[in-house]
Amino acid sequence: MTDAPWLTLLIFTPALAAVVLMLTRAVAPKAAIDGFAKVFALLATAPPAAITVYLLASFSPAAPGFQFVERTAWFGGFDYHLGVDGLALALVALTAWLMPLCILASWDSIKERVVEYLALFLILETMMLGVFCALDLIVFYVFFEAGLIPMFIIIGVWGGAERVYAAYKFFLYTLLGSILMLVAIAAMIMTAGSSSIPDLLQHRFAEDLQVWLWLAFFASFAVKLPMWPVHTWLPDAHVQAPTAGSVVLAGVLLKMGGYGFLRFSVPMFPDASVLFTPLVYTLSVIAIIYASLVAFRQTDVKKLIAYSSVAHMGFVTIGIFSGSHTGVQGAVFQMLSHGVISGALFLCVGVIYDRMHTREIAFYGGLVNRMPVYAAIFMLFTMGNVGLPGTSGFVGEILTLTGTFLDNPVVAACAAIGVILSAVYALTLYRRVTFGELVNPKLAGITDVTGREIAVFAPLIIATLWLGVYPSIALDLTEASAAAMIAPFAALK
Amino acid sequence: MIEPIIVFGPLIAALVAGLFQRLVGDRVAMSVTTLVLFVSAALSWVMFLRFFGAPEAYVIELLRYIDVAGFTAHWSIRIDALSVTMMVVITSVSALVHLYSWGYMAQDPHRARFFSYLSFFTFAMLMLVTAADFMQLFFGWEGVGLASYLLIGFWYQKASANDAAIKAFVVNRVGDFGFALGIMAVFLLFGSIEFKDVFAAAPAKVDAVFEIGGYEIRALEAIGLLLFVGAMGKSAQFFLHTWLPDAMEGPTPVSALIHAATMVTAGVYLVCLCSPIYEHAPIARDVITILGAVTAFFAATIGLAQNDIKRVVAYSTCSQLGFMFFAAGIGAYEAAMFHLFTHAFFKALLFLGAGSVIHGMHHEQDMRRMGALAGRMKFTWIMMLLGTLAITGVGLPGTHFGSAGFVSKDAILESAYAAQQMTSAATLAFWLGLTAALLTSFYSWRLMFMTFQGRPMWAGAGHEGLQHGGAHDAGEVHSGGHHAAAANAGARHAPRDHTAEDHTPEDLAHADHAHEPHESPVVMLVPLAVLALGAVAAGFVFFNLFVEKDGAAFWKTAIFHGAHNHVLHERHYVPVWVKWAPFGASILGFVLAVWFYLLNQGMGARIAANKGPLHTFLSNKWFFDELYHFVFVRGAKALGDVFWKIGDQRLIDGLGPNGMAAVARACARRLVRLQTGYVYHYAFLMLIAAVAFGGFVLAGSFGGAP
Repeated sequence: MTDAPWLTLLIFTPALAAVVLMLTRAVAPKAAIDGFAKVFALLATAPPAAITVYLLASFSPAAPGFQFVERTAWFGGFDYHLGVDGLALALVALTAWLMPLCILASWDSIKERVVEYLALFLILETMMLGVFCALDLIVFYVFFEAGLIPMFIIIGVWGGAERVYAAYKFFLYTLLGSILMLVAIAAMIMTAGSSSIPDLLQHRFAEDLQVWLWLAFFASFAVKLPMWPVHTWLPDAHVQAPTAGSVVLAGVLLKMGGYGFLRFSVPMFPDASVLFTPLVYTLSVIAIIYASLVAFRQTDVKKLIAYSSVAHMGFVTIGIFSGSHTGVQGAVFQMLSHGVISGALFLCVGVIYDRMHTREIAFYGGLVNRMPVYAAIFMLFTMGNVGLPGTSGFVGEILTLTGTFLDNPVVAACAAIGVILSAVYALTLYRRVTFGELVNPKLAGITDVTGREIAVFAPLIIATLWLGVYPSIALDLTEASAAAMIAPFAALK
Repeated sequence: MIEPIIVFGPLIAALVAGLFQRLVGDRVAMSVTTLVLFVSAALSWVMFLRFFGAPEAYVIELLRYIDVAGFTAHWSIRIDALSVTMMVVITSVSALVHLYSWGYMAQDPHRARFFSYLSFFTFAMLMLVTAADFMQLFFGWEGVGLASYLLIGFWYQKASANDAAIKAFVVNRVGDFGFALGIMAVFLLFGSIEFKDVFAAAPAKVDAVFEIGGYEIRALEAIGLLLFVGAMGKSAQFFLHTWLPDAMEGPTPVSALIHAATMVTAGVYLVCLCSPIYEHAPIARDVITILGAVTAFFAATIGLAQNDIKRVVAYSTCSQLGFMFFAAGIGAYEAAMFHLFTHAFFKALLFLGAGSVIHGMHHEQDMRRMGALAGRMKFTWIMMLLGTLAITGVGLPGTHFGSAGFVSKDAILESAYAAQQMTSAATLAFWLGLTAALLTSFYSWRLMFMTFQGRPMWAGAGHEGLQHGGAHDAGEVHSGGHHAAAANAGARHAPRDHTAEDHTPEDLAHADHAHEPHESPVVMLVPLAVLALGAVAAGFVFFNLFVEKDGAAFWKTAIFHGAHNHVLHERHYVPVWVKWAPFGASILGFVLAVWFYLLNQGMGARIAANKGPLHTFLSNKWFFDELYHFVFVRGAKALGDVFWKIGDQRLIDGLGPNGMAAVARACARRLVRLQTGYVYHYAFLMLIAAVAFGGFVLAGSFGGAP
């Protein structure tokens, strides 16, 4: 069963496909290549998605530790070491299943350098999957950092007018965090004598060292997530990125921050985590309220959704640092749910952006008159964003808030204000874009969603509702691993 | 297994009507939803009548919902006296409203969508009342909120409807914020969110405390208060009431179903359901009593000065909900549920009757432009009269023979009087309640007289100049706050635009005599008749079952009474004058209304024209909207701008990355100009440098360490 190197196949199929694509481009005539490349890239995302199905089917959620482990010596005493637990597998599934939708969503909207664009997405997929499967610090770091590059290029080349600024902001922020993390990784390997993550999870670092290591990792993950006040790269990156770039950014890349907290900060530095819990609580609550209010004032659809992402990620961090089982499970679920819902919201923006080439909220209004199906889809995801029960957004919020309430009711109460504010900005946005009379004459000819667009939305609709009505399907998967990751931390609380 | 059919039938009908209406057409969509609702209602009555006899409460578990470390919830159907009572109310009114909408929405191009929403609402409401744990309850709670939002904003072209929809959702979210915290507090205290665990363990937790910021708060009181915040939002109680009058932007059948008979009573249901908690939380109960009584009084005062027929009924609903709350607050849960039950009939009747008037008046809602409709709409008039007799509490004092509102409201006021020996909040409740009964009678008869009696004020009645001048002199609506003015203007004109979009030949024929008031079609009148039957008879027929001798056998364990709570029994021993007082108040209100609106016509308009301080205060609804707009809406916008433009742009970006980014950008530009133009080459360079640095550190470390 586990004979085949499933994780290696999972991770590197897209990268291999990217290489093939680039080589093909070198030999094939330019005119025919674009159409072929799209189909090829779409097909290339199928093996990881299929392998994920297999992994989920043969994974035993109750068994402790990592599964599908692969380990071979690499260089300088480091191992090429892969494996997944429930937590990682859930995020792998999110990544592997979002990617085909991203390729499909780019079908008509990308016209320039199509092959390079697709190749970069495939490379990006490899990097993201690698992050979640890595069981060696160095392997993790390489994937974590290398993932930056394709995203940087995607924003910088296929982005909007201010793309260079946005790309550099993105790059500088994340790179600065990463360098601190690299130093911390070096220190960890020096003291623990191993770069294996399972070993490090068993290692107890000295308390004062933990403080420094925690801060260094925090710098990296807080930027990635992002947390207030290092969040300002996100709105710019989102606004400038092409639609599929935003989907990946919101859907998967942000989750690396939450994953990092859960895989490294909390289990490996539990004493420091206890020490810094008030800091995390404070920043998260600020993020939730501050970002929600800022979102309310935005005039650009994508910026609004980007700020709402910052607010939603605040729930992830309070959930993780609540140290309660409910909170952590909620945080993991919130990451999955946000991946689906915010990805879908960016796709919703993409639909109208592709038609009108503007993201100005004021430009739109009354779309329901011409695009009833679109309006219904957009409504569903708006409600998911608002956290309506029955959608996945609710489950993540209520579990993180409940978990936090168990630890600190005041923090939970402050964070819950975000639940009111999300209704304010999300419904206002929906109303301004969709309801009312269709007054702008430029919108008179706008057409409803196409079959291809519905095909992109359909899996996300199903996921939002399925996870909302039967969240156990994900919660059961992550239960044991989430418990294991917070056990030392929870014991200290 | 009829329970799942009752609950999920409407969901399936809603999906069919909503998703496949293009395929199957409007008539099929409407037929399916209406038919399913009638089946659902019939089965609900079967369940309800069965509860006269033996069956104990039971729970059908369908599917696991959330299950994390004791935070366990299921999708389930809980059947007990409380839930079957609610099911009967919900499905009956819903079925009648579906039927009524065939007439009321006949010309609307989106009627299939309308029916789909109505059925979805019914499903969510049924999920709410059949929940066996707080999560499903919350699902239903917010689900009905979604339906309410969609239906208030049903005419999405209207700005006022969209505003009202968002307002309803957001104000309810404020309530739900408290509700959600209450659920979390329940979980913290009990380690479970399932009713059976929580309610069974409540007596053992009487002395438990939460420590918050160094203060000790009794846990059950805190939970009781937090849950009540949720109830306040949904049931439009004082402070969180502002959304309900605006919700009248929705089509009138919606107002009858959601904003009168069912959804807004969910808060009362919640308090009664949680009686095992509230019986151990006297402070929380006093708060409920006081806020309920204040709402009953305050909403009634506003009702005096409104001219929009629907808004009068809306404030009346708000006021009646106040009665239910203070009944629950003093421990007379059965009386609260009884009033909920009877109110559903007569308030739905009044709303649908008002809808019939509006329909007959071609979407005119201002009562100052009505008058003398009794002759034109005889059937509607008689039905409205029966509804008014019910809400004003006409009956034979000292007995339980009388209209539905008489029986249930008197039970509440008598209980309030009797409860004075337990809490002084009951004294306040009794007197405010009695005053509210007087005001209720006055504004209800005022509505009847302005609409059906007196001089005809509608266009085409020969009073053209007079009535326009009169309306402007009175000018209440237009001076009454920008929002109300805009809302009313929108309400009058937009539906007309709406029907103008699709001129069918009938419409055009219709337009010829557009100003002639006419009686509504039979399909709208039948529901009125059925509801009128309830408004007349629901009181004395079900009195014994709900609050008198059969009560214990009916409610069984669904409602809990503490050892010292004998309110319903003590009620029998109140002085005779207490039994006569509500009726006296009702008569007094009637006499005053006759004086002002029949004998001295135009007096009301003159009072309005004087713009006295009291009238201004009332017609502006105690200035709540203005206050909230200033504090919350403007406050949130200002804060958002400060955080965005100063916090993000000036401080964070200005001090942080922008400096660096600017430098980097400058460098990049120069390099780009010099070199290939591919910025990402430099990104690769940066990364390689970083990796090299890391590798160097690592190599050194491994060289040195063992």
